[in-house]
Amino acid sequence: MKILTGNDLKSGLVVWWDGAGWSPSINDAVDVGEDGATIMAREEAARNVNVPYAIEAERDADGGVRPAHIKDRVRALGPTVRTDLAVAKSAEAKGWDWVI
Amino acid sequence: MHALADIADKYDRGYGHFTTRQNIQYNWIKLEDAGDILADLAKVEMHAIQTSGNCIRNISSDHFAGAAADEVIDPRPYAEILRQWSSFHPEFSYLPRKFKIAVIASERDRAAMRLHDIGINIVRNEAGEIGAAFYVGGGMGRTPMVAPLIREFVPLDQLVTYAEACLRVYNRYGRRDNKYKARIKILVHELGKDEYARQVEEEFAHLLGQGVEPPFAELKRIRTFFADPDFKTGLSSDIDESDPDFALWARRNTHAHKAPGYVSAVISLKPVGGIPGDASAAQMHVMADLAKEYSFDECRVMHTQNIVLPHVEIGRLHALWAKLVEADLAAPNLDTVEDIIACPGLDYCSLANARSIPVAQKISERFASTGKTAALGELKLKISGCINACGHHHAGHIGILGVDRKGTENYQLLLGGSEAEDTSLGKITGPGFDEAGIVDAVEKVTDLYLETREDGERFLDTYRRVGMEPFKEAIYG
Repeated sequence: MKILTGNDLKSGLVVWWDGAGWSPSINDAVDVGEDGATIMAREEAARNVNVPYAIEAERDADGGVRPAHIKDRVRALGPTVRTDLAVAKSAEAKGWDWVI
Repeated sequence: MHALADIADKYDRGYGHFTTRQNIQYNWIKLEDAGDILADLAKVEMHAIQTSGNCIRNISSDHFAGAAADEVIDPRPYAEILRQWSSFHPEFSYLPRKFKIAVIASERDRAAMRLHDIGINIVRNEAGEIGAAFYVGGGMGRTPMVAPLIREFVPLDQLVTYAEACLRVYNRYGRRDNKYKARIKILVHELGKDEYARQVEEEFAHLLGQGVEPPFAELKRIRTFFADPDFKTGLSSDIDESDPDFALWARRNTHAHKAPGYVSAVISLKPVGGIPGDASAAQMHVMADLAKEYSFDECRVMHTQNIVLPHVEIGRLHALWAKLVEADLAAPNLDTVEDIIACPGLDYCSLANARSIPVAQKISERFASTGKTAALGELKLKISGCINACGHHHAGHIGILGVDRKGTENYQLLLGGSEAEDTSLGKITGPGFDEAGIVDAVEKVTDLYLETREDGERFLDTYRRVGMEPFKEAIYG
């Protein structure tokens, strides 16, 4: 599956396209199929997201979303060396083994 | 330092990361807070000007400047005059690429001088005059190069003019069509150092009549800012080593001072298993208080991601150490295998390919648990999470480079680098490793060193004597 990610300009938070807007939770990411470029162009033009890009991901066994690249898994949960600063909802659902 | 701690508390998440640029990095700043943070910094005469962009970045220097027993003169007034010259310099606000200058004034290089775009070494010539040797075209990154000597001796009253000539030639001919070939090291390499130097001399001759050099009165004013503090005299230089933990820290974490009875004391930000360079806001407050109480209210960031209190009375060293212990800031590991430089890596950096910090943590834990740290002596280990080399991996006695191998982290091992006065670039041993494998590989090369070293040899000396092959054999079998 293909999902979209970027950053919220004001807060710097990592965000994921949930089909209607940008969510801070990787669990909310949706498959955009071939529509990624159109969505990103529209959303960036509207300044709803900063530097969006499309990535490959797959469905977890529990139905969640797991980016193919470790870089985006780290972005989804926060720094692996400061788990106290994790994106709480996602980390609680996934656990840190999910990143590695 | 108190202000930096307050910013960490108020706008970030209660900590900061001290970097190889002798700066601090905050990783959780909201864009909408940036203006307020800059205002808070300005209240204590700090700023974030020219910390990015294709301009001249902050001038770095010897962290023991003005205190070291081995320096020709204090290099800081010259670093400062270059800072003033380069700040908002209209001609150099849009260079082909970023530009970094280091200034030192001793034979020992503690600032990686020859790995800068311009490295300036203030020296005394045979006639006893003081001037500056210019090394131009060094750097790390994807194309590491050691800066060649361009001119042996520039009179100090022509220092800024010569620097301007170096920049002018670069600004005119440095490549702007390819970001990866735009640093001055590429220009110097492509032209050849002799031709580059010839062009600089031509420009220098032209500029000498243009009044580029700041007036001597300004240099005098700057010198008063860096005047020696009021050192006491008649102090003892004896250290009471009856407490073995203190004795170990004092041996490893202090540096000889020019004033009898004083040392420079290094606060290690590398606790075993910790994040290299990180300090909590509370620790920053402690360091600020200790600087005030023990070091004439002065502390500095080292490019090795530690903090130095430059002027500490030897007789008060034990009291300082006891307070550092209370704040978990007394790791006795300066210049050891545990004193690792590591970039933020994939945990924080959008450019990174692999995580650096966890590797540093595992290596320091491995060596602390095996007790080999002391036996290994001076061993500089540096880790970068990508080819941009913010963790100085090219210049580590042992270097580690994180790369992306089909979406997973992989680590290459390099041996033989140095950023000291014997500057050299490390060479890759061979195929890379996963995270556990790289820790094992580091232990294998250090074990071989312990088996094969001769009297007085550091790891780097042994590597240079025996070459790469025995180490490859130890790693790959």
